[in-house]
Amino acid sequence: MSRPDNNTIYVSSNVSGHFPGGIHPPERKAPACNKPIRSLPLPNELILPVRQHIGPSGNMLVEPGQTVDKGQQLTEAGLSLGLPLHAPTSGVIHAIEERPTAHASGLPELAIVIRPDGKDRWGNKHAIPDYREVEVSRLLELIQQAGIAGLGGAGFPTAQKLAQQKPLRHLIINGVECEPYIAADDGLMQEYAEDIIAGVKILQYITHCDSVLFAIENNKPKAIEAIRTAIGDDSQIALKVVPTKYPSGGEKQLIELLTGEQVPSGKLPMDIGFLMQNVGTAYAIKRAIIHGEPLLERVVTVTGDALKEKRNLWALLGTPIEHLLKESGFTPENKQRVIMGGPMMGFTLPSIDVPVIKTTNCVLAPTEAELPAPGSELACIRCGACADACPASLQPQQLQLLAKAKDYDALDEQNLFDCIECGACAYVCPSEIPLVHYYRKAKAEIRNIAREKAKAEHARQRFEARQERLEREKQERLERHRKAAEARKKAQAEKAETATTDNKEKTESGGKSAAVAAAIARAKAKKAAQAQKADEENNSAKGNES
Amino acid sequence: MSFKIASSPHGHSQHSTSSMMRWVCYALVPGVLIQSYFFGFGVWFQIILAVTTALIAESACIIARDRPAMSALRDNTALVTAILLAISIPPLAPWWIIVIGTLFAIVVVKHVYGGMGQNLFNPAMAGYVLLLVSFPVQMTNWLPPSTIGEHSLTLWQTLHTILFEYTPAGYSVEQLRAGIDGVTMATPLDAIKTGLTQGFTLTEVYAKPQFSFLAGAGWQWVNLGFLIGGLLLIQQRIISWHIPVGLIAGLCVPAFFAYLFAPDLMAGPVVHALSGATMLGAFFIATDPVSAATSNRGRVIFGVLIGLLVFIIRSWGGYPDGVAFAVLLANMCVPIIDRYTRPTVYGHGERK
Repeated sequence: MSRPDNNTIYVSSNVSGHFPGGIHPPERKAPACNKPIRSLPLPNELILPVRQHIGPSGNMLVEPGQTVDKGQQLTEAGLSLGLPLHAPTSGVIHAIEERPTAHASGLPELAIVIRPDGKDRWGNKHAIPDYREVEVSRLLELIQQAGIAGLGGAGFPTAQKLAQQKPLRHLIINGVECEPYIAADDGLMQEYAEDIIAGVKILQYITHCDSVLFAIENNKPKAIEAIRTAIGDDSQIALKVVPTKYPSGGEKQLIELLTGEQVPSGKLPMDIGFLMQNVGTAYAIKRAIIHGEPLLERVVTVTGDALKEKRNLWALLGTPIEHLLKESGFTPENKQRVIMGGPMMGFTLPSIDVPVIKTTNCVLAPTEAELPAPGSELACIRCGACADACPASLQPQQLQLLAKAKDYDALDEQNLFDCIECGACAYVCPSEIPLVHYYRKAKAEIRNIAREKAKAEHARQRFEARQERLEREKQERLERHRKAAEARKKAQAEKAETATTDNKEKTESGGKSAAVAAAIARAKAKKAAQAQKADEENNSAKGNES
Repeated sequence: MSFKIASSPHGHSQHSTSSMMRWVCYALVPGVLIQSYFFGFGVWFQIILAVTTALIAESACIIARDRPAMSALRDNTALVTAILLAISIPPLAPWWIIVIGTLFAIVVVKHVYGGMGQNLFNPAMAGYVLLLVSFPVQMTNWLPPSTIGEHSLTLWQTLHTILFEYTPAGYSVEQLRAGIDGVTMATPLDAIKTGLTQGFTLTEVYAKPQFSFLAGAGWQWVNLGFLIGGLLLIQQRIISWHIPVGLIAGLCVPAFFAYLFAPDLMAGPVVHALSGATMLGAFFIATDPVSAATSNRGRVIFGVLIGLLVFIIRSWGGYPDGVAFAVLLANMCVPIIDRYTRPTVYGHGERK
């Protein structure tokens, strides 16, 4: 784990915290981090997967052939975690169809395809220059309407995260960007520091938090300087320069690094009074509130030795990866890998006609010489290098053995689900065991088993409920029978009584009225019998039904 | 065009198991050179015999177990086992000693337990202990170092002795060990053990020609050679400092206090540190990752345990040195050490 051999200038860090493990892979953020962020000519089409983020998708508001303005809303916000989509530029809806999406599986998903008209014509903007005059709930609504999701990691809808109000001790702004190659946040902080800080202040207003920790890794001297200047003498925002170590930018690791506290397993940072937002998200919030612009583009680091130009690009959401690569002088080699995300946690794309999505911070096209493909897996020698590198203090060598043995109970006992899949263990493993791959597989298996179990449990409950219902119905039927029998008995008793009275009456007032009474009694008895029969038929029909 | 699919992470550090094992071999060089200077060419023949046997045995086992032979040999672990065993035994031991020991180490201790990464015991030390208890005479026939010994053998004489158990002139190893006075010269640790049982004080023992400067003549330099190699391994991050430091502390701290109380009956920490297999054991044998504890805390405990056991065996046991026994005993404790030194997983600690 020697220091990487690039000529980065490190600023001295000012955090005293620490998290275990971590690695120092070569950073390779230059030259992208030293160049201005460029924009590209518009691509031929923009592909907007309807489901871009965690949460269901909303209803369509447009149809093929329709002309749309830049920023025009294309879908309704879906339920709970859903976000609306917007047109990243003006143009025509070319199609609404299944397209391959930026996912490791490459499975096609429903997407809105826009042919840009090149005019980049804005629709209506609802800017709120002074957000302090507006209710917090209204701001949250606007952030939701702007389609903003966390731009740093999993793409969780930002308004939802902000809405879970609990008293905050610190609002943490994550500008760490610890993964090699990626320089998107770095570039953004260098060029848009003022906007980011303005976004941070909106976040402060929303969360009522007067203590902001703004964390940047010490290998980004220009970004640190820019942010320091932008903060100025605001005493509520503390700039925290953290030492360069992967994965310092992980939410849990950064919290431990800055505060010395750990988020209890299964809880959220919110539960211990912290809220973390990425710098890109802060920037997007500023654009959304103060300028009334929804989230339409983001900075993407396009890099790797298979490219002539390695740089940060402003990419409209929906821009095909192919467009970014071609514009950067892409010369693929044999068995070329194209990675969305960084080398540690990114996933390889099966094809490059997939679009940029909100969480696409990097497109990496490395050569084989640059990032050699893993060699063949050797046996684990229990050297413990993985355990030394694990930021979650897990025992990767044990987990690997248990995963291979499919011992899911033991995996659970050894906290497999606290693994953040950062890849540090597999990076250092001398036997080149693809540890993370095994953990992912085991996690998927365990989730499957849990699902099956839930299904079986559901089926059991249904079966028991049915048994109970049948039993209940049987009791009810018996009850009805008993009542019917009682009614019959009563009727007979009445009949007998009438007969005696009749007899009496007969003896008293002659035969005629007695005959009438007897006929009434007979009719009554018959009716009762019929009713009972109908009941029984009903019951047996119900029995068959069930 | 289609692109290659791979699972993250997509990069890898430069360390590989085979290169780690290769580094272990390089790091052994200073110690082995010094050993061959003081104890003759025998060590090189032993290494050649052991490596040949190990590679043949390893290949045979792998083929029998239906695994690809080349990829398994590539990891260099059999090579390290063979060299460690070869430099642990007396350089003039007959050829079949090292062959039996290596076969046992590779076939029984390693492959019967499931091959690389699966063995509970350190293969080299298990092989050594098998040889020591089965062939005590051959296994204790260490020649005195060349600087004080009467005989130094040529290359041919050495080879002849290893193959036929006699020099071309007909001397047995036992005869070669005799000093000028005709009395067999024991190793320094042996001399201490026998000297004390015969009622001598350590001051008297140290007056013998086997001792000079810090500890045993020759042996101290061999130990320093392995110390240098070991420091190289730590500097290269092939091994961590925890086991060697634990082991040396576990041996020397009790030795220091024992020496304070009975300087004429208990060997001092320096003598312990630079005698027998201390440094070889601390840096090269106990650090075998497969059979050692895995967490850093566990490694310290594991090292201290070995050091303590070596001290106990050397001071009160039946054998002059105890590294091999101590390592095997500590190997047995590894599962329980690992069980109780597991660090607290993130988010599972007590809330402050």
